[in-house]
Amino acid sequence: MKFTIMINEGPYQHQSADSALQFARAVLAQGHEIYRVFFYHDGVNNGTRLSVPPADDRLIQKEWSELSKENDLDLVLCIAAAQRRGIMDEDEAKRQGLDANNIIEGFRISGLGQLIEGGIQADRTVVFGD
Amino acid sequence: MATKKFMFVNRKAPYGTVYALESLEVVLISAAFEQDVSLAFIDDGVYQITKGQDTKGIGQKNFSNTYKALGDYEVTKLYVEKESLEERGLTQDDLMDLVWEDEDDDYAEKPSIIMVSRSEMADVMAEQEVTLSF
Amino acid sequence: MAMLHIVNKSPFEKVSFRSCLNHAKAGDSILMIEDAAVGAIDGSSFSEKLKAAMADKKVYVLSGDLAARGLSEDRMIDGIKTVDYAGFVDLTVENETTQSWL
Repeated sequence: MKFTIMINEGPYQHQSADSALQFARAVLAQGHEIYRVFFYHDGVNNGTRLSVPPADDRLIQKEWSELSKENDLDLVLCIAAAQRRGIMDEDEAKRQGLDANNIIEGFRISGLGQLIEGGIQADRTVVFGD
Repeated sequence: MATKKFMFVNRKAPYGTVYALESLEVVLISAAFEQDVSLAFIDDGVYQITKGQDTKGIGQKNFSNTYKALGDYEVTKLYVEKESLEERGLTQDDLMDLVWEDEDDDYAEKPSIIMVSRSEMADVMAEQEVTLSF
Repeated sequence: MAMLHIVNKSPFEKVSFRSCLNHAKAGDSILMIEDAAVGAIDGSSFSEKLKAAMADKKVYVLSGDLAARGLSEDRMIDGIKTVDYAGFVDLTVENETTQSWL
């Protein structure tokens, strides 16, 4: 089966990002496909490369980044939500005249249409949030 | 592209959190995909469509008028749960008058709000193929 | 179409779990994850409502979330099944749709 996963909350603040990560790993371990993971609301904060948690704690953004690279996943940060919360890739930062970008590898920024399209194409859509 | 029954579930009041605003943005985008879209207003979600919202005192943009545009985006099924209103001391009169224009009926204005009981809401939910919660 | 209802907030913190039970239909499944796992324990002010739902719905709890909160499985309401993340995935496959009560 093809899955679309939606994540509505940022890392650490809520358990959603962790739950979704473990769910995503289990989906792949059981031979299913992840069509897309769509990050909305504060969920876009899962896409920053500037997080530095304590050394003995998990680095959620990096875990998503690695899962993405190892499995060629499509991790999408909603552009409107990302703009509100200051998550930028290089192109978007330039477009906005900003002096920095902060997106971590393995994610891309795109529109809300990607969420709807994900719901259409997948067999199952699962939402993690608060 | 396939047509699926999408339901957007709204259970939170506006302004205290961003969910009402950002979920509305998803609904508007969904119109471009010509899906069979319904909205559900349950629990505190009913506050999203109350009349007379005035946000000057809290410094946030009043986005309640956007619900009035839903008809133009062919989003015409807004299910509102009666029990959720009653529990909050509200009636349908407290809600905005949301309508859509039926081009197959000489552009007659028809109500978009569909009042349902809790158990009717459960039935509507059971028919959906994709349910998004915010 | 059978639905999998995923609840993630404690029934003592928010109304989401209660609202879920008010809308789930016979034959549906309910999975407690994250803070909602606390709802699995018998003898709480929420237990009767959950037991009533179990008459015609299947109720599950994610074992990791129960253990994380120091709650042992032998204190669960009779009839609640534990699953791990693989079981969570299976539940989403077995039910035609999912709805998250946040």
